[in-house]
Amino acid sequence: MKENIYFVDSDKLSNKALEKKHRLEQDPSSRRNHMEYMPGMERISSDVMDKVISQVNSYDYSQYTELDVKRALASDRCSIDDFKAYLSPAAKPLLEEMAQKAKLETSKHFGNTVYIFTPLYIANYCENYCVYCGFNCYNDISRKKLTAKEIENEMKVIAESGIEEILILTGESKTMSSVEYIGEACKLARKYFRNVGLEVYPMNSKEYKYLHECGADYITVFQETYDSEKYETLHLFGHKRVWPYRFEAQERALIGGMRGVGFSALLGLADFRKDALATALHVYYLQRKYPHAEFSLSCPRLRPIINNDKINPLDVHEAELCQIICAYRLFLPYVGITVSSRESKSFRDGIVKIAATKVSAGVSTGIGDHEEKYNGKDINDTGDEQFEIADNRSFNQMYQDISDEGLQPVLNDYVYV
Amino acid sequence: MKNDKLILGGKAFDSRFILGSGKYSLDLIKAAVENAGAEIITLAVRRTNTRESENIIDYIPDNVTLLPNTSGARDAKEAVRIARMSRELGCGNFVKIEIMKDSKYLLPDNAETVKATEILANEGFVVLPYMFPDLYAARDLQNAGAAAVMPLASPIGSNRGLSSKDFIQILVDEIDLPIIVDAGIGAPSQAAAAMEMGCAAVMCNTAIATAGNIPLMASAFKKAIEAGREAYLSGLGRVLERGAAASDPLTGFLRD
Repeated sequence: MKENIYFVDSDKLSNKALEKKHRLEQDPSSRRNHMEYMPGMERISSDVMDKVISQVNSYDYSQYTELDVKRALASDRCSIDDFKAYLSPAAKPLLEEMAQKAKLETSKHFGNTVYIFTPLYIANYCENYCVYCGFNCYNDISRKKLTAKEIENEMKVIAESGIEEILILTGESKTMSSVEYIGEACKLARKYFRNVGLEVYPMNSKEYKYLHECGADYITVFQETYDSEKYETLHLFGHKRVWPYRFEAQERALIGGMRGVGFSALLGLADFRKDALATALHVYYLQRKYPHAEFSLSCPRLRPIINNDKINPLDVHEAELCQIICAYRLFLPYVGITVSSRESKSFRDGIVKIAATKVSAGVSTGIGDHEEKYNGKDINDTGDEQFEIADNRSFNQMYQDISDEGLQPVLNDYVYV
Repeated sequence: MKNDKLILGGKAFDSRFILGSGKYSLDLIKAAVENAGAEIITLAVRRTNTRESENIIDYIPDNVTLLPNTSGARDAKEAVRIARMSRELGCGNFVKIEIMKDSKYLLPDNAETVKATEILANEGFVVLPYMFPDLYAARDLQNAGAAAVMPLASPIGSNRGLSSKDFIQILVDEIDLPIIVDAGIGAPSQAAAAMEMGCAAVMCNTAIATAGNIPLMASAFKKAIEAGREAYLSGLGRVLERGAAASDPLTGFLRD
């Protein structure tokens, strides 16, 4: 299998830092056990992980034939085995049929609505060495953490553009972006937005409860890859290295009282068929345990980052991504599917007509640069981006484009109860 | 037919078609209402929680009675809160209670619905609870002060029609409130069938929202509901079980 080349050395690192970086990269024994919880990490009793992983381990997608896919398409229900067929290479010639069926399912559950939101990065400090990520602690980028005043200013600018739903993000550094700091951002967000979600480092259920009280109702955590051995080779250092603690983040968030949770694998890191299977089953089994909760899926592909413009999603081309999204829709028809600005305008315009129900607009993955991007104000003191986006449409443009496609843009349909 | 009114909360309606406003573009709502001849339209309170430019309320004709629903509520407490919010927003005192604790099938929780009905009826709301067609729950809703009961025909959005027909018939026969079939009706013929059974009205959304021509489908439902109502009022002809009736009655031997 083709691999990305991830390792990049900055000339600003000290010799000692470089030495440690190289050791982490080259000597697996220098890395801590990624399956072992760190002190302070809550352990919950759950069988969801075992259920997901045993299905993934036994999944041999080469066994499925076109007939299996046709049988699935002819059924008005979708079993786990049907879903496995949809994800297999045998389904590729039937992608159009899958898309037709997926469109029908989407319209039954969502009609012609498409939700619009925007992410707001409030800090890009990170304590982890995740080799594919622009925020990783060895990457030479400009770091910034917004003050409360700066956060409020960004929120004002975003809210004035018309956006009503916000997703607050940080780099994964509990030291620099404490739970309290994130909580204050949530309180501010409730003043300007009708719906507040978070995509931050995994935490304990009590901390989720606190953030819920501060105004956050949704938690998104990307597992990146469900292949724990591959994960180990990509997340070399930091608390993010602990794979099972990350896996159970959504469940802890629900225990903490969050209304909804989001899931994703980062496509291109490992075997995408197995990762897509695992992501959907993660939702499937948690839904059975927490039937009242709301669930959503994202489907990001790897993107280039600052200092490494070669990173790409390898074998996950647009057709494969479309296949995954259609399979998600057929297996989990009631689940929201988000397609981010990592994808091109043409892909996003096409996929919202089939299965995606939420898109971002007016996106910046940098820190503190919304006023610059939205209003053209010159700001020097900004933090660098997590990855390069592919679709830089403004909120107004996105709203117009969705309407022009005969779809109905929805800014939020949410009440806090 | 002129005197055949649907009475809800003391208000009389000529139309027995309650239209949903979700899942389709706001600018089609007016045409759908007109073609449906609908006098009641449901809307999710959660959809009214937005800025002016696309507020659903602005798209609903003034002469139509709003039936706000509590979609998003997971228990009685949340439903009560959303209903009160709806009244404060100026959506009137009608409320359709929807309490779902299952994000997959969106099936209503009858026990919580009874609790919310009691609280809101006591606060002067005209309460129309969405429910799973269970006789005991329907009786409890009646005792709690509901203005009607709204049993589901099949899972919401499924367009599967009257899967729960036999149980809805029991409610029609046993409950002294209007029975309004809600959710799952996928075609005008199914709406007609519900009306023939004696249901007081039909509520429909997805079948219209996902139709190729929304106003035309609204019109088709209007006719079907009217046809079904007339069939019910006129008394359906008897259906003979096997062939013709016996010419010699079985009880012909009886003498005095």
